[in-house]
Formats: sequence, structure tokens, C-alpha cells
Amino acid sequence: VTDDIRTLTTRLAEEPGSLAFLELAEALRRRGQLEAAYKVARGGLARYPGLADAHDLMARIQSDQGDLAAAFDAWSSALQLDPMRTSALKGIAFLYFRAGDQAAALDHLQRAMEVDPDDPTIRQAIGRISAGRAGAGHGAPEALPGRSDGGSTQPVGDDAAHSATAVMRTSAAPSGAAVAGGTAAAGRTPGLFDGLDGGERGLLLIDANGLRLGGELVSADGGDAGDRVAAQLAGVSREAARATRLLGLGSWHAIAIECPDGHLVLAQSTADTVLLASRDPSVPMGRVGLLAERAARAARTWLESQS
Amino acid sequence: MNPTQAALDRVTRVPGVRGALVVAATDGLVVAEQLMDGVDGQAAAALTGSLVGRLGRTAEGAGLRPPAFVHLRGEAGSVLAAPGPDDLVLVAVVGPDANLGLARLEMIEAAGRLA
Repeated sequence: VTDDIRTLTTRLAEEPGSLAFLELAEALRRRGQLEAAYKVARGGLARYPGLADAHDLMARIQSDQGDLAAAFDAWSSALQLDPMRTSALKGIAFLYFRAGDQAAALDHLQRAMEVDPDDPTIRQAIGRISAGRAGAGHGAPEALPGRSDGGSTQPVGDDAAHSATAVMRTSAAPSGAAVAGGTAAAGRTPGLFDGLDGGERGLLLIDANGLRLGGELVSADGGDAGDRVAAQLAGVSREAARATRLLGLGSWHAIAIECPDGHLVLAQSTADTVLLASRDPSVPMGRVGLLAERAARAARTWLESQS
Repeated sequence: MNPTQAALDRVTRVPGVRGALVVAATDGLVVAEQLMDGVDGQAAAALTGSLVGRLGRTAEGAGLRPPAFVHLRGEAGSVLAAPGPDDLVLVAVVGPDANLGLARLEMIEAAGRLA
């Protein structure tokens, strides 16, 4: 048992209602302890049936277990809760690919690319499936990309568990290294948050449809949380405006969200966009608010320059 | 006095608070309220319940634990929310000159005692 797993197990035992089950089950899955991972994820899902992350996690485990029908259901549930979850779109694409339905696989990958056009793995997968269709008339299994989590490249083969893992490594939240060198770099937007404290790390510019326009948000486990958070905030500006208007408070200016392990501030940058600033709890909320205001002004200037 | 009424009393004593209510977050219904005239309790409950739920999911998406306090700042005042146990949320509507620091402390403390 690694220290990580021991620590996470202790945390979950101390706080059974916490989200530690996500990290623990994922750590167990990566170690190949699939039955243990499944039990932890099942317990977490029972507590958090409305959490897309939990369904996504369960799908990865079931996919590794070779229970592809169950994985399909779990990824479908994740998509119902979060229609813009690219990991679920790519997971389902893989399952369609396995079933020989390349059109449906491509359709899901296209949807994933619309959500995250900066993810190079989606383009690669689309390119390879398309090339496979044009060449052989049917998809060669090795068309889908291999592992990208720092392990050896592993072509997708007949073994369902390995195949699922290979695809999931292109679709699930990337490792810390991947964030530093891949997704985060792809999300970099020159000129948007230049000169602000910390650059664009912990700053996110989001449009009214919940799409990330720029910025970068890394979750506590090192994964890229930007698109997931952006999707949750689709239409938040309208909702906040409605609340303040009906309560006679005029237009809304900002929302401060104080969590035990992080401070978030949402500010309106333009009528159609919101800016999210995130800092750890050691940074006083007032300072996060000032940062959000400055970043919102910078975003406004950047958006004007883009148009 | 039951814990809910005690929580409302405590919050409404803070200068600048126009009213407070306890809301069931899932359905946005009012559980109890102490509001000044002109404050629409049902609107506050429904809108705040929805907003707090969404912001909780946002925090989860960012890998954070659920919010302990939410402050929606408007041009002419603010809505404050402190989630408590059993899906309850303590909500306050405050004017622009309210003592926000005191209101925050009182609300977090009071929300923890809701039942």
C-alpha cells in the first residue's frame, strides 16, 4: 500500500462524506486494484449520485474491468449531469469505436472538440479514425492514441481493459505533468492576463454558454478543472442578475465563494462573460476580489482587442 | 426558541441586515423567515437556493470542498448565504452599508447550529 493510498484511506475514514473517494478510487485504479477501486467508487456514488465526477470515475473503473456496457451507462450518466464533459464524450467515443460504430465515435469526438478545441488528443483521435476509415474501410484498433500519463505508449489492442485505459488516458483529467506541459499550455492565451499576479493560473474567462475563453484552473489533484468549472458556470450571470434585480439590489457586481480549501470570486467582465479568480485560502477574500476586478478589466480590454 | 429562530434573530440583529431566512437548498422553499417589508422571501429562497447549489457544484468541479459562505454583491446591497446541515441554507439580504464582516461571522456560526 503506497503512502498516497494510505493517506487517502485515512482521510476517507475520518470524513466519510468527503470527496476523498474520488482520489482514492482513482489511485487504486491506477495501481490495478480494480475491485477495491470499484467498491470505493460505489460508496462515493451512493453519497453523491449527482456528481458527474463520480460517474466518470466509475466508468473508467468499469472500462478497465472490461464491463463496457456498465461503463457506457456510467459515462452517459456523467454526460446527463455535465453535457460538456469531454472525458465522458471521449470515453463513449471509445466504446462506439470498440463496437465498430466509427460514425458515432467520430460524432462524440467532434462534440468533445467543440467543447475543448485546444485538446490535441481529440484532434489526433479524429485524424486517426478518419484515416483508418479512408484507408481500410473499417477502423484498425490501433487507430486510437495510447497512454499519455507518463507510462509507455500502449497501442489499443484486443484487450478491453488495456484499450479502455489507453483511451481514458487521453480523455481523463491529465496528470500534473500533463497539465504543466499539455493542457495548461494549450489553454494559454497570450495577452489576456499578462502582468497579473500569478499570470493566468487560477484565472478563468468564461462565456455565457459555459465555454472557456482563456485562463487556466488546476484542481487540487493537479488535473485541469477549467472546462468542468466553466461548464458549471454557464448562465450564472443571468441567474445572479435575476436574484439581485428581484431583491431590489440593482445589478450584480461579484460573487465571493468561500470554501474551506479555496477562495473563488466571480466578477462580470462583460455582459456575456464572467471572470473567475481562484486562490488558496491563505489569500484573504478581499484580495481575491481585487484580483478578480483587475482580471475582469484585463479581460474586457482583451475581448475588445479580439473584436 | 428553536435553533432556526435563534439563527434568524442573531443575524437580523446585525446592523444593515434587512432580513434573514432559512431555505431548503434542494427545492428552494422557505423554512423560516424574518424579513423587513419589501423583501420578497420566496424569490430570495428560490434564487439563492439555486445559486448556492450551482456554486457548490462549481467548487466541486474545482476540486474544492463545499462552500461555507457565499456573498453575492449587488449595486445596492448583497445577498449572503451560509450553508448548514441537512441541506439548509441561512440567507440574509443586506443593504449597502451593512457590516458585512460581522454578518459573515454571525451567519457561519448560526448556520452550523441549524437543525
